[in-house]
Amino acid sequence: MSHENEIKSLVWGAVLLVLAACVPLVANGYWMSIALTIAMFTVLATSWSLFSGPTHYISLATAAFFGVGGYLVGTGMSDYNMDFWTMVAIAPVVGAVLAFLIGIATLRLSGVYFVIFTLGLAEMIRTLVSWIQNNFTGSRGLYVLTDLTEADIYIYLVILAAVVYLVGWWVNRSRLGFALRIIGNDETVARHVGINTATSKVILFTFSGFVAALVGALIAPRYTYIEPNGVFSPEISFIVVIMALLGGTGRLWGPIVGVIPFALLQEYINANYSNYSTLVMGIAFLVIVYFLPKGVVGRIEQLLASRGRSTW
Amino acid sequence: MVATVLSVANATKRFGGLVAVNNLSFEVQQNEVMGIIGPNGSGKTTMMNLISGALRVSEGSIGLNGRFISTLTASQINQRGIARTFQLVRVLPGLGVVENCMAGMVFGHRRLWGDQARYEAGKLIERVGLSGKEAVPVGSLTYIDQKRLELARALASSPKLLLLDEWLAGLNPTELQEGIDLIRSLREEGITIILVEHVMDAIRSLCDRCIVMAAGSKIAEGSPGEVLADPEVVKVYIGEDV
Repeated sequence: MSHENEIKSLVWGAVLLVLAACVPLVANGYWMSIALTIAMFTVLATSWSLFSGPTHYISLATAAFFGVGGYLVGTGMSDYNMDFWTMVAIAPVVGAVLAFLIGIATLRLSGVYFVIFTLGLAEMIRTLVSWIQNNFTGSRGLYVLTDLTEADIYIYLVILAAVVYLVGWWVNRSRLGFALRIIGNDETVARHVGINTATSKVILFTFSGFVAALVGALIAPRYTYIEPNGVFSPEISFIVVIMALLGGTGRLWGPIVGVIPFALLQEYINANYSNYSTLVMGIAFLVIVYFLPKGVVGRIEQLLASRGRSTW
Repeated sequence: MVATVLSVANATKRFGGLVAVNNLSFEVQQNEVMGIIGPNGSGKTTMMNLISGALRVSEGSIGLNGRFISTLTASQINQRGIARTFQLVRVLPGLGVVENCMAGMVFGHRRLWGDQARYEAGKLIERVGLSGKEAVPVGSLTYIDQKRLELARALASSPKLLLLDEWLAGLNPTELQEGIDLIRSLREEGITIILVEHVMDAIRSLCDRCIVMAAGSKIAEGSPGEVLADPEVVKVYIGEDV
């Protein structure tokens, strides 16, 4: 990409960011709530695809990190009388350490083994936390009581999204980003051109764990009452994957193209046919696999490219 | 005095009960082109994998310029200066031609980046005969062009030792001649090369020396003319009189 294009895309990003930050000024309570969901999944799906996009390692561990973030805020504030912001500072560090350890443990796994391992691991953490909470920590309910409004949380998440986009933009132009793309193409070749594949993968996976835990911590006040089965729900991991793949992971801004329509669709389904939300998720997954393997963005680029060829 | 680039001493590789490489020793000198030949399944590619670090030796040692490398990973070995191509060509389909070539010079023995890497990659692409194909999707390149690209990627790290694993296999006669000329030009530049090959014309015209493997062991070593006349070598290739 030329420097001119890079500056153009940065300017566009800044404009969109300012627009996003203006949403609380115009949205009512209902739309604010939807915007908050969209902001949350934008950050989760974008940071997920920083690792999984180029490497094609599909991680289903998002819920583990997100849950750790939410749960730490809950238990810190309810059981240990900690301040909300202190817990927000601690949670992402714990998430990053956890992701680092998982990254180290899964280095030798690839393909479907990695997928299953991350899913199993997230479930294990959920069960473990429930078990610890039921047997050792005194309180049953974890309350997160702050005076933050949904609009406040939304602004925090928009800022976090901006940081994630900047990091992603930097990674994409760096040697690290190039290494990840080579790993995603052929890990054997990657090793034979001198790439330390383990380090490259663990760095990005740790970053995505850090961000997911931070999102879980920041959004905890929205739920007021934290319950392990809620914040560690595997559905969060699946939705993140579906949204990111629907949008397309080939571009940094791909995931948000999937997040917005899917979040709106889910909202509509939940409001009108709440029993069918899992069905919608399944159908969305089939549609992606069959018709949009490179996401909406990938499909559009493909169409543009073929039109370009025929006119030239 | 000639410098020894690679020295392999008593290298052995076992896969369970199968001994793929059995107590193999040889040396490669600076600016030398050495061939490894032998029937299918004789352990040639395994030997290449041991040198490049794709596999680790069960016993024995491998040294590069007098430094022990047989416990290093493939990426560390590449950083020390050994680059390779693969028996079944491995280009990176999601990357462009220039990026494929750049992949070889960013992380390994040579660490260039940005405009300089792009510039050097452009020169190498021309060097291997891919000029004008920079915009072609890598998957649409012909087989020989994919092989050229893989060679450019290996050369990109400016290696001390280049491993070519059946780089000439599967080419038609015209391509084969182009391929042999290309490797000969590398040889003239003084690059040290080990090549595994079945194409005997190439062995005769390119190699200073070669070793012959059969069932994991070295059965002959010498100039191509000598070893190909060796009755033992003829026997493993063609079989015995009945």
